[in-house]
Amino acid sequence: MQRNARKKFTALIGIALMTGITVVAAPAQAAKKTTITYFSFSASPDHIKTLNSIVAAFEKKNPTINVKVENAAYADYFTKLKTRIAANQAPDTFELDYQDFVTYADAGALLNLGTVSAKDKSFNKNIYYGKAYDVFAQNGKQYGLPSSYSTVVLFYNKDLFNAAGVALPNSSWDWSDEAAADKALAAKLPSGTYADFQPVQFWEFYKVLGQAGGQFLSANKKTALFNKQPGINALNWLVSKQTNGWKPTPAQMGTMDDGAMFAAGKLAMWHSGIWEFDAMKNVPFKWDIAVEPGGVTPGNHFFANDVSVSSKTKNADAAWKWAKFLTSDASSVKLMIDSSWEIPATSAKAPLAAYLNSPNPPANRQAVFDALKNPVVPPVIRQQSQMQDAVNAWLSKALDGSVSVTDALNGAASDVNAILAKE
Amino acid sequence: MKKDSRVASVLIAPSFIPLIAFLILPMIAAVTLSFASWDLLSPIKFVGFSNFKELFSHSLFYKSLFNSLIFIAGYLPLVYFLGLAAALGLNKKFRGSNLLRAAYFLPVVTSWVVVSLLWKWILNPDGGVVNSFLHVFGIHGPGWWTSPTWAMPSVIIASVWKDLGYVMLILLSGLQSIPPEYQEAAAMDGATKRQILFRITLPLLTPATFFVIVISLINNFQVFDQIYLMTGGGPDGSTSVLVQQIVKNAFDYGRMGFASAMSMVLFAIILLITLAQLRLQKRWVHYA
Repeated sequence: MQRNARKKFTALIGIALMTGITVVAAPAQAAKKTTITYFSFSASPDHIKTLNSIVAAFEKKNPTINVKVENAAYADYFTKLKTRIAANQAPDTFELDYQDFVTYADAGALLNLGTVSAKDKSFNKNIYYGKAYDVFAQNGKQYGLPSSYSTVVLFYNKDLFNAAGVALPNSSWDWSDEAAADKALAAKLPSGTYADFQPVQFWEFYKVLGQAGGQFLSANKKTALFNKQPGINALNWLVSKQTNGWKPTPAQMGTMDDGAMFAAGKLAMWHSGIWEFDAMKNVPFKWDIAVEPGGVTPGNHFFANDVSVSSKTKNADAAWKWAKFLTSDASSVKLMIDSSWEIPATSAKAPLAAYLNSPNPPANRQAVFDALKNPVVPPVIRQQSQMQDAVNAWLSKALDGSVSVTDALNGAASDVNAILAKE
Repeated sequence: MKKDSRVASVLIAPSFIPLIAFLILPMIAAVTLSFASWDLLSPIKFVGFSNFKELFSHSLFYKSLFNSLIFIAGYLPLVYFLGLAAALGLNKKFRGSNLLRAAYFLPVVTSWVVVSLLWKWILNPDGGVVNSFLHVFGIHGPGWWTSPTWAMPSVIIASVWKDLGYVMLILLSGLQSIPPEYQEAAAMDGATKRQILFRITLPLLTPATFFVIVISLINNFQVFDQIYLMTGGGPDGSTSVLVQQIVKNAFDYGRMGFASAMSMVLFAIILLITLAQLRLQKRWVHYA
């Protein structure tokens, strides 16, 4: 009898335990996690920790979604992304910049986000900086959510300017003011220290062309127009910095790049992107920024990055949640601003005030927003890299003096026209 | 016997898997793609011979081929004669000879990333070791890898330095396989050291020389690492070689078909040159 009672008791405990396990297991099964991948270039190398913090904040808010982050340096990023897409292993979500976005959208590699955003009642596109949002649309379809935007400004080493007794740059400067400062600095700077660095390549040329009042391509993108007089003026201006000895030659730079030279106090002025703020945070001299001097008209870069979703993703809803969180959630925006990781593409005023009032240099962060009042958007075609290389090859020839500025631009225009003919 | 060959087949079989996966299949894919247009993102489209037609009318293809030939013309004689000198010097036993052999071989096992950084520093136009040395004698050194004229010689110098130990090792083993009786007999017959070298040693070293030339030519047409790391094909395209163009077209421009066509042409060039060498060897290679 006692044995039977013990058996019954054991059976009851067993059933209770089994039921308990089932009860515990049931919600666990319901909360099955979805893992999505995110591939990024702009986090490398300085902002990987920030991105990981954003992922942690997202996963806390969305406990059923895991985000697996992969990073690659910009130079390798698109090779890796293309090969992954070709191998049918595209990341669920990935970062694109505006100039590469067109190629991916044309090839059908991106999900039309309208299909998922329609289901999200809380979504309002006005949370984004309008210009950055709009550039990621094509033929009326939205293929990306803007994550950040950026520009190029004139960095200057205050200590070198003060030592040379030259007035500091300001936002009203044009090319002639910059040339006068270059000349004055070059006469007083010690050997091995240079007045200016502005690269002579595609990215700089199309902007300086804009400052010279020129146009890179015709409106229908069938013809190169940069070999007209504004183009000649623009390239003459860029090349003159080296021929006048204001800018170091490649031989004088040797194994140092422009960023390393500025950080080492060997450049008085440096035309570079706002993404360098964090890297220059601890340099042992005082520096600040100004809007880049314009030519006949002001003109500044406008770069934008987005988060796109693969057209092959099996987790479109989770991917949408992550893309929206990364690009617009207050915690994500704050983390980006705190680490000086470009400018989040938000329309909210408060986070941008935090960016402006950052305790880290540069002091004149207003120059970033002033620069964006006159945006010059990069010319974009499907064969973007080929066009860039063709232009760069001729710009190098003009820079080393092996061909004249006019011949270089005519040569580049002829090569670009041949590429455009195959578009 | 049959059982042995069956066992051998089973043992060899696993090595065929990577061979098929990473060599045979990609080769078949490359041949197929050379007749197609594919940007890695859109579906593959067959275009017949148009990639080859474009290739043969492409000035950059000829420039890259020319640059590859310039590299070979500079590299091969230098690495062979310096390797031969090192091998002849180290063919004798002396105190520290083993250490010297190892020292010569060290760059061979060093990564190209390290070697290219080292040589970029040595040949740094402003304050590099070589130009600082030249400066002592009042010579203003060239721009080396930053100059369109000197970039290819810079890459050649770094490549010769890295590969010298390998060539030395092959030639050294060739020298040591020459039966000493031949040289001793010649010496007894009154041959001078110079005569022994040119009439006995070097002719009997031709199998090793042949191996060095065949392998070097195959590798030289595929030169890439040092170009990519030291100059990226620049400045002004002066070091742009065939493989670098293949990589650029395939991955930067998304022109996989055109890049595959270029690979096919490169394969044909290497095959023809190697076959020609194999035919010509009968005229100048002497086996002991």
